[in-house]
Amino acid sequence: MDDIDRSIINALQEGFPICERPYAAAAERLDIDEAELLRRIGALREQNTISRFGPLFHAERLGGALTLAAMRIPPQEMDRIAALVNGHPEVAHNYERDHVFNMWFVLATESEAELLAAIKAIEMETGYPVYNMPKLEEYYLNLRFAV
Amino acid sequence: MDMNALPRMHAENITDADRRLVTAIQHGLPLVSHPYAALGAQCGLSEEEVITRLTALLANGTIKRLGVVVRHRELGYRANAMVVWDIPDERVSELGHCIGRFEFVTLCYRRPRRLPAWPYNLFCMIHGQDRDAVLERVQQIEQHCQIAEVPHEVLFSRRRFKQRGAIYAPVQHGITV
Repeated sequence: MDDIDRSIINALQEGFPICERPYAAAAERLDIDEAELLRRIGALREQNTISRFGPLFHAERLGGALTLAAMRIPPQEMDRIAALVNGHPEVAHNYERDHVFNMWFVLATESEAELLAAIKAIEMETGYPVYNMPKLEEYYLNLRFAV
Repeated sequence: MDMNALPRMHAENITDADRRLVTAIQHGLPLVSHPYAALGAQCGLSEEEVITRLTALLANGTIKRLGVVVRHRELGYRANAMVVWDIPDERVSELGHCIGRFEFVTLCYRRPRRLPAWPYNLFCMIHGQDRDAVLERVQQIEQHCQIAEVPHEVLFSRRRFKQRGAIYAPVQHGITV
């Protein structure tokens, strides 16, 4: 990754033009040409430096249901329970964290009812309670990183 | 195209055409000179219609942001922590905004307590080069927002078990929780 890649990442984390030739418009501001910008974005995606190039959605406005859920799992049980939890297609990501509440995962479904059903199913299957902690209010969301 | 596979959206001002567009764009923008024309071709819209609708979806907040999302680990942000506070209900909004103003805080949400086991109601994510850097940032927040006395915990991530599941939600790519 060189200085031009860094300036591309920093600039495109702020937004991307919506016009007929957005790459040409973005490239002009970065002092490169359209072909080079396309090539470099492609390369950054290949290298996995960029995980997404596109929209971030407001999930609730699209009609979906989302939540953050936590579990307290004895350390020796962690791998077994993680496999069970991850086996549910509604589980979008799952992290182990340093705490007695050591398993934290995101559930994404089409409806609130399906969300609660998935939580019940995970509780039945694992024998451990699932603590449902949906977002009540959002104060800030950024997800930009200076590089 | 299977209409049942399209995302359901209940907002009245979101049309069928919007749903087709959201489905087409969720995996990312095509890397071609006229990406909006290419998206339009996938969902039966003209380039002009795609531009108009995307502009509207961005303006009404259905799309929060269009652009690049980086993989923070690959960029040297190796430590990430979920920092949680037990803030009196009447102050949570004020302090949520105070914490959210720091540039290193990537999200800051209010969530329900689950008493007695879980007393915390304000959650934020902080990334840093390493754990010490993250802890230093937590201290900075405590000083600036004057919440040193408020009970809190720092939950560093240890392992990522799963990154992304199958498509069950209306849109699984590009959602934020």
